[in-house]
Amino acid sequence: MNKENAVELRNIEMHFNMSKEKLESFKEYFIKLAKRQLMFEDFKALDDVSFDIKKGDVFGIVGLNGSGKSTTLKIISGILKPTKGTVETSGVIAPLIELGAGFDMELTARENIYLNGSVLGYSRKFMNEKFNDIVEFSEMEQFLDTPMKNYSSGMVARIGFAIATVTTPDILIVDEILAVGDFLFQKKCEERINAMMNDNTTVIIVSHSIEQIERLCKHCVWLDKGKVRMIGETQEVCNAYKNEAH
Amino acid sequence: MENSKTGLKKFIYDFKRYLPLLFNLASKDIKVKYRRSVLGIAWSILNPLLTMLVLTQVFQMLLRVQVENFATYYIVGSSLWAFFSESTSLSLSSILGASSLIKKVYIPKYMFPLEKCIFAMINYLFSLIAVFLVMIIQGVYPTWTTLLAVLPILYCFVFCCGFSLILSAVTVYFRDMAHLYSVLLTVWMYLTPILYPISLIQDKPIIYNIVKLNPMFYYVEYIRDVMMYNTVPGIRDNLICIGFAVVFLALGSLIFKKCEGKFILHI
Repeated sequence: MNKENAVELRNIEMHFNMSKEKLESFKEYFIKLAKRQLMFEDFKALDDVSFDIKKGDVFGIVGLNGSGKSTTLKIISGILKPTKGTVETSGVIAPLIELGAGFDMELTARENIYLNGSVLGYSRKFMNEKFNDIVEFSEMEQFLDTPMKNYSSGMVARIGFAIATVTTPDILIVDEILAVGDFLFQKKCEERINAMMNDNTTVIIVSHSIEQIERLCKHCVWLDKGKVRMIGETQEVCNAYKNEAH
Repeated sequence: MENSKTGLKKFIYDFKRYLPLLFNLASKDIKVKYRRSVLGIAWSILNPLLTMLVLTQVFQMLLRVQVENFATYYIVGSSLWAFFSESTSLSLSSILGASSLIKKVYIPKYMFPLEKCIFAMINYLFSLIAVFLVMIIQGVYPTWTTLLAVLPILYCFVFCCGFSLILSAVTVYFRDMAHLYSVLLTVWMYLTPILYPISLIQDKPIIYNIVKLNPMFYYVEYIRDVMMYNTVPGIRDNLICIGFAVVFLALGSLIFKKCEGKFILHI
């Protein structure tokens, strides 16, 4: 792959077997099999998608609901394997996990910080070093030994964001989650993301807030029903997208 | 995660990177299990003891099972069985239980069943205290061969991991595996000589042959040999035990690897 690129997508196709109903039991499966009703509808979520993201770029993905934005992110981060095509990435990818996904609510915040760190593949030694940073950033010192089930959702979100951004990854994936926490904390989050961008981290953002994309991104891709509709400078793509929408 | 690494190299890199996750998940399970109970870890010891009291009384009085030191005979076998049963039934739903994580982050997915096996193993090690208590009360004192119990426990652990991989992968596609498996476990338990001696079924060739195909039979016999009868099983027994463990681990890894790419579409 090209040394200047952080991500290369080549002719990505992603198919889903969309069964009309989800079969979850042997009984249903065999009844359908016997009746020859076991048919799947093939659904193409992504169709021949190719683009490169340069190192240090802030890259936005726009499109309507169901246009394949989240699928693209999942393919880049290695969660989904594309049906066809190749993905190449260089460096460590840190996903901003849906806030609270990796927490166990019975455990205290202290225990959850270590648990979540290991979910992201950080070593215990590393977490020991960064523990104070995380606590400080989330401003949760006094609740550290309270089980997280007693936390409010905003408090959970603070800890989640603090853990996910404790390193400076090579690629940071941000999927619509900047809209949590009070406005002061949101500002703090954006500042941290901005700092990362200055550190030559490649940032990939999916958002429905066009203003946010325009404010943060340098380049953009516009996905429409699984196909690349347009790719280029943020302003051009966003203008075209907005014109189409109205 | 680096996509450029492939094959064995990637496997080892991933395994090392996510090793802390394995331990954190296991310690999470232990904390959650014991934190809310007054007696805590003591339950791991009390529970097998109480079950042992009930079952040995019933079986000796009603069925007149004649085994020397029956309580020891039972608890040595049943504790190993409990390890098998706990590790596999927890693993069964481990992938589904971790769905919120699997959908969001790349994690090697075999970590989840493997973690459940480790968790069950830790519980088993606690319950060994109960086993030794019963042994000492009945006058079956540990000797140097007791140390060899490490071997069947290790074999059984590998077997459990392999079997758990199969179960967890299949359950993603068919959720009712959970109901089926609890019935299967009951049948399987009675096909393992835990509450009766193998001599009891020697004159029933069909059942006897089925029991001979049961991997758990060999592990249970092995651990009794070294813990109760102070004998050391020969090479043949060892090879059978290792054989089952390796075959199931290989089969499990193969099935799991084939299925894991599509888990995300089904959870």
